[in-house]
Amino acid sequence: MRITEHPILQYQKGPKVSFTFDGQELEGYEGETIAAALHAAGVRILSHSHVAKRPRGFFCAIGTCSSCLMTVDGIPNVRVCVEKLRAGMRVETQKGKGVLR
Amino acid sequence: MIETQIAIIGGGPAGLQAATAAGQTGAQVLLIDNFDRLGGQLVKQTHMFFGSQQQFAGTRGIDIATKLAKQVAALENVQVMLEATALGIYEDGVLLVEQHDRVHKVKAERIIVAVGASERMLAFPNNDLPGVYGAGAAQTLMNVHGVKPGHRVLMVGAGNIGLIVSYQMLQAGVEVVGIVEAAPTIGGYLVHAAKVRRAGVPIYTSHTVKEAYGEGVVEGAIIWQLDENWSPIPGTERDVAVDVICLAVGLSPLSDLLWQAGCEMAYVPELGGSVAVRDELLRTSNPEIYVAGDVAGVEEASSAMVEGRIAGLGAALSLGLGGETAFKHLQEAREQLTALRSGPVGEKILAGLRRVEREVATDA
Ligand SMILES: Cc1cc2nc3c(=O)[nH]c(=O)nc-3n(C[C@H](O)[C@H](O)[C@H](O)COP(=O)(O)OP(=O)(O)OC[C@H]3O[C@@H](n4cnc5c(N)ncnc54)[C@H](O)[C@@H]3O)c2cc1C
Repeated sequence: MRITEHPILQYQKGPKVSFTFDGQELEGYEGETIAAALHAAGVRILSHSHVAKRPRGFFCAIGTCSSCLMTVDGIPNVRVCVEKLRAGMRVETQKGKGVLR
Repeated sequence: MIETQIAIIGGGPAGLQAATAAGQTGAQVLLIDNFDRLGGQLVKQTHMFFGSQQQFAGTRGIDIATKLAKQVAALENVQVMLEATALGIYEDGVLLVEQHDRVHKVKAERIIVAVGASERMLAFPNNDLPGVYGAGAAQTLMNVHGVKPGHRVLMVGAGNIGLIVSYQMLQAGVEVVGIVEAAPTIGGYLVHAAKVRRAGVPIYTSHTVKEAYGEGVVEGAIIWQLDENWSPIPGTERDVAVDVICLAVGLSPLSDLLWQAGCEMAYVPELGGSVAVRDELLRTSNPEIYVAGDVAGVEEASSAMVEGRIAGLGAALSLGLGGETAFKHLQEAREQLTALRSGPVGEKILAGLRRVEREVATDA
C-alpha cells in the first residue's frame, strides 16, 4: 500500500523499524504515524465501538474523531493517527474504555 | 506560564499571515499548531492554487506553505510551538496548550483563533465501516505519509475538494471508480472536473450513496440516482466494488474553542456552520479574541491569508502597536478582501457575513 513513485512529491522517511500489532511483527518508518504504518501493512480495523462493538478504522487523521484509539506500550486511548511510530512499540487493539493508573 | 502579546492558534494560511502581519509591527507573537509542520491544509495540496496573484495563485499549495513559513521564521519576535494543541481559553484569559504530554499555561493580551475547518459526515447505512474516510484524511495518508488509502475508491462529492483529491489519488496510483454528486451539476471548477474526466473517471451527478457494505471493512457501495426533488429513484441502484468510500461533502468551521471561550456564536449555512459574531476587523464579542480563515467561515486559502493579515494587524493596533504603517496595511488588506469576494462565490460569503458582522465592544 506504499506509494513508490509520485509525479510531484518526494517522501522523506525515517529509518525502517519494527513494531508489533497484537503480537504480530510489522515494519514501518520511524516518525510516521502509527496509523500510517498500520494502514500500509493492510491493517484497517483499529478499534471497536463501546456498545455495539462495531469495527472502527482510520477516519479524520488529525486526532479529533476518536475512531483510532488503541493501546500503545500499555497506555490506553492513544490516538494512533497522530502518535508517531518508534522502534519496538507494542500496539494493541484496545478492550474496553481503558483504565487510568 | 508563557507570556506573550498575541497568541495565534493554528498555523495554516490564516494563522501564518496573522503571525507575519502582527510580527512586523513589533508585537511579541506565539504561533501554536498541533501538527509537526506549518501550513495547515496547504501541506497536503499538490495542485496549483486558484485565487489571486497576490495570494500566490498558480503556485502549488505545498510551496505556498513553505513561503509563508519562511516569512514567519524571519521574524525574531515570533515564536512557534509545534505539535502543540490548544485545549481551552478560560475567563482569566489563560490559554491551555498541550505539547509532548505536558500542559502549558499561556497568557496573551490577544488571541487569534485560526484553527480551520473539519470534514462533514454523510448519513448512510454502514457509514462507520473502516474504509469510509474523510477526503482530508485520505490526502494526509497519501501526500504526507506516502501510503495509499486503498486500491479502488468511490469519491462522494464533486466540489473542488472531491475533484482535486480524486486527481491526487490518480497521481498516487489509486484507482478512482467514479465520483457521485447529489446535485444535478458539478460544484467545483470545470478545469478540475475536466482533468479527472480526461483520466477516465466518470462523474455521476444526481447520484448518492444508498449504503456501504462489507464484512468488518468496506467491500463496496450501492449508489442510486436522485430525481429533481433529490428523492432516490428505486430501481436505479448500482453496486460498485470498492475498498474506500471517500467523503468530500463539505467542511464545517472548527468552532469548539470559540464556544468554550463563550464568544457569541451564530449558525450561518453560507459560512459552513457555527461561526463567531465579529466586527470588520474580525474581533469577536470577547474583545481579546479574534478569528481568521476557515473557522470564521469556510472559504479559500486566499481569503484566509488576507483575513489573517487583518486580524493580525487589528490585534496589534488594538495594543497600540504598528502605528500609521499598520493602519495603511490594514486598509490595503480590506480592499484585497473585497476584491477577492467580488465573484459569484463571494456573493454567498457576503450574504453570510451580513448576518454575523456587527459592531462589538472595542475597549478591552
Ligand atoms: C483538497 C483541497 C483543495 C483546496 N484547494 C484550494 C485552492 O486551490 N485555492 C484556495 O484558495 N483554497 C483551496 N483550498 C482551501 C484552503 O486549503 C483552506 O481554505 C485554507 O487552508 C484555510 O486556511 P486556515 O488557515 O483557515 O485553516 P487550515 O489550513 O485548516 O489550518 C488550520 C491549522 O490549525 C491547526 N489546529 C486546529 N486546531 C488546533 C488546536 N486546537 N490547537 C493547535 N492547532 C490547531 C491545524 O492543524 C491546522 O494546521 C483547498 C482545500 C482542500 C481540502
